[in-house]
Amino acid sequence: MDAAAPLLSVEDLRTHFFTVDGVTRAVDGVSFTVNAGETLGIVGESGCGKSVTALSILRLLPQRIGRIVGGRVLLEGEDLLGLDIGAMRDIRGNRIAMIFQEPMTSLNPVLTIGEQIAEAVRIHQGASAADALARAEEMLALVRISDARRRLGDYPHQFSGGMRQRVMIAMALSCNPKLLIADEPTTALDVTVQAQILKLMLELKERTGAAVMLITHALPVVAETCQRVIVMYAGRIVEMAEVTELFDRPLHPYTRGLMSSIPRLGAAARQKRLTEIPGLVPDLRKPVIGCAFAPRCPLADDHCRAEAPPLTEHLTAHQAACWKAGEAA
Amino acid sequence: MIAYIIRRLVATIPVMLLVAVIVFLLVHLAPGDPASVIAGDNATSDQIASIRAALGLNRPLWEQFAIWIGHVLQGDLGHSLFWNRPVAELILQRAEPTISLAITTLILAVTISITLGVLAAWKAGSGLDRAVMGVAVTGFSVPVFVVGYLLVFVFAIQLRWLPVQGYRPIADGLWPWFERLILPSIALGLAYVALIARITRTTMLEVLAEDYIRTAEAKGVATRPMLLKHALKNAAVPIVTIVGIGVALLIGGVVITETVFNIPGIGRLVVDAIARRDYPIIQGVILVFSGVYVLVNLAVDISYTFFDPRVRY
Amino acid sequence: MAGVAAEAAAAPRSGGARVFIRRNPTIVIGGALLIVMLILALLAPFIAGDPLHVAPVNRLQPPDLTNLFVAGAMDRFGTDNLGRDVFARTIYGARVSLLVGIAVAFFSTTIGLFVGLAAGYYRALDTIIMRLMDALMAIPGILLAIALVALTRGGVPVVIFAITVPEIPRVVRLVRAVVLTVRERPFIDAAVSVGSRPRKVILRHILPNTLAPLIVQATYVCASAILVEAGLSFLGAGVPPEIPTWGNMIAQSRLFLSRAPWTVFFPGACLAIVVLAINLVGDGLRDRLDPRLARRMR
Repeated sequence: MDAAAPLLSVEDLRTHFFTVDGVTRAVDGVSFTVNAGETLGIVGESGCGKSVTALSILRLLPQRIGRIVGGRVLLEGEDLLGLDIGAMRDIRGNRIAMIFQEPMTSLNPVLTIGEQIAEAVRIHQGASAADALARAEEMLALVRISDARRRLGDYPHQFSGGMRQRVMIAMALSCNPKLLIADEPTTALDVTVQAQILKLMLELKERTGAAVMLITHALPVVAETCQRVIVMYAGRIVEMAEVTELFDRPLHPYTRGLMSSIPRLGAAARQKRLTEIPGLVPDLRKPVIGCAFAPRCPLADDHCRAEAPPLTEHLTAHQAACWKAGEAA
Repeated sequence: MIAYIIRRLVATIPVMLLVAVIVFLLVHLAPGDPASVIAGDNATSDQIASIRAALGLNRPLWEQFAIWIGHVLQGDLGHSLFWNRPVAELILQRAEPTISLAITTLILAVTISITLGVLAAWKAGSGLDRAVMGVAVTGFSVPVFVVGYLLVFVFAIQLRWLPVQGYRPIADGLWPWFERLILPSIALGLAYVALIARITRTTMLEVLAEDYIRTAEAKGVATRPMLLKHALKNAAVPIVTIVGIGVALLIGGVVITETVFNIPGIGRLVVDAIARRDYPIIQGVILVFSGVYVLVNLAVDISYTFFDPRVRY
Repeated sequence: MAGVAAEAAAAPRSGGARVFIRRNPTIVIGGALLIVMLILALLAPFIAGDPLHVAPVNRLQPPDLTNLFVAGAMDRFGTDNLGRDVFARTIYGARVSLLVGIAVAFFSTTIGLFVGLAAGYYRALDTIIMRLMDALMAIPGILLAIALVALTRGGVPVVIFAITVPEIPRVVRLVRAVVLTVRERPFIDAAVSVGSRPRKVILRHILPNTLAPLIVQATYVCASAILVEAGLSFLGAGVPPEIPTWGNMIAQSRLFLSRAPWTVFFPGACLAIVVLAINLVGDGLRDRLDPRLARRMR
């Protein structure tokens, strides 16, 4: 790992959902770091806790249902979980920005694009209305929306899905955040548009120097864009490594399962969803005994079913939570 | 935009025409001779005959309607039997108190109810939310005149804070005018507040669960602009719709409120006409109030374009 | 909207009365209040004195609630300006209110159901019916009722008719909306394609789906009808003044409000309680029978 202090450090994060049906341990003791300027991928099936982890960092969990019950989230050494709501708002959209999965519903339908981008600039940089709008125009041009000045006054329904995600990116980057969290930013888009949006995001990341936390269920996306990868399963991290290391020597059977469900890396596989691992994601409302992946794991034995494996370093800078790490499948 | 307004305006014509037909038929299809109904219980046969001639009751029904609608379009709503003066003139004379009452109630009720609804949705599940919902269900169940007499008893008779009843024209000064409208407006507005607060709360709850609200929060938007700018504007269309539909509640309530508080408005005109069986007045007022209702809802339709850029015109 | 009735029927009913009470507090509270009122109204001749008996000697006697359970006591709710027993009049007034409420709910939903089915299913009729309903809705209900009553002169049946007419359009709109959603569903096409005739399709497939929202609507109509009846009576355009109704009682006692507030308070409170009870039952039924309707109507 880097010798320098990390930009973001998540330590033993635990987020639970409290509903009438019981308590769901959506995130159950997750620790990782994001270094300045790097691109970190978080991979896993839906329901594995990757999005909840992201929402927990910004404390945007659904009110009264989702609650962070333990851990720390340190942004440049400051624990975000201890901040009051005003201080937290100063961080949102300013030092940490976020892009969501659904561009069709993530923009406010009754406010102009210009207003929605300018708003963040006004809030965080105290810019005047005119300056903020100028900045919005600049950002629109930056995400390659042609005729930016005129389009400032347009409403979201006048844009296509890909264009809206560009607007979301413009909005997120308008205050030069240190960290950009992108939660499945391309999943809802057409395949052809997906590549463009990813490319644009990474290009702008280079230009602004922001770190990116890219949440996705698609390993190929990670392979192309990220430096480090975290694989999550059932609210926990099961494997963490540099991207080439992970693809060359996957240690966890789950990671290998994810990979074998892809015929080959590259454009052809990009659409593929990870449905080929037999069995279902466990019900997180019930206590998990042993390794959560054991019921679906071809290698699982009694030890796996009795005791949960800790996340340990098996190879250099390559951690996995598996008693059988590295055993041939 | 202008074309849209004109199109909406034209669309109200058939509705108004049907209203006119219904109001016309009310008298003419009722059991018994319309002339004797209109003339009242103590009319002589000469009086009935003259009314019959004046109304042209010997002609075919459609012809009578054509004549009547022709008069209505010229602003002639008929002749009051008791006052022996044109109905339109009587309505105009009584308009100020009714308009004053309606406008103050509308403004008070809309501000209070939307505020309550937004707060209840924001703090959904809290004590405040329960209190607002309680007020909403109760407010919808207590009749206008019961609320009215309760208010009079507590605030006018027991506490002596406000006048018991009556009306002072606005020309007599703002306070004397407003003072006498406070209790009537509360009595009249309670059910309206209940209706709008309820819709506001439900719509806001739906909007607050939308993705774009999370986007706004991820941007660092504070609570007040989040509620008012990001959420309420999205909730506006259902809310103004119910504000418009609820005007029917206000119109019905005006008649009763004016009786409770002895306000000499159009409502009292109608109530007095009931006892005197002054049918042209009842007919004329129904027509005017229905027209107001249709126009208010036309305004609501047009306001959609202001709140929601997706509405096509 | 399809399957709403089926869903409601399939909703969990196990767990006994206690679970039912906990899950449907509004239905239980409202229903209990209503049943008490209904029993009082039905037993009126046995528990209350003569509501019409005038006794000027006893005029404006204040209420004495300690006598509430003393049969024949005249001062349970006090007396009015003619010395009539306010308790007896209030109890008898419940009869009129409940009768009008139930009758209007029954007639307007029945008529509205058939008109709405026709409008929703036969496209040719749709425009005409809906324009007519728009027009009826544009006329303030209480004014329309005033006109109808004033024209045909009093009596409970006329009042019921006069309140029913303005309530019909809302039922028609509701039924039509349900029909339009249901008829787009595949099983209707299937029924038609195997040769079912339209009337049979309506009866067999569409009607059951309108039932749940209709029951909910009927409770709201009932509450609204009781309010309108009271309003009409209060204005002198309803049930003839010699019949004790809550609206008539308040109208006749209003001039004595400062001296004898009980003459207005008791009928007013009963009116509010009954309407509140019906609305509570309606809200409970709506949440239970038809969550989608619940979202649209609130």
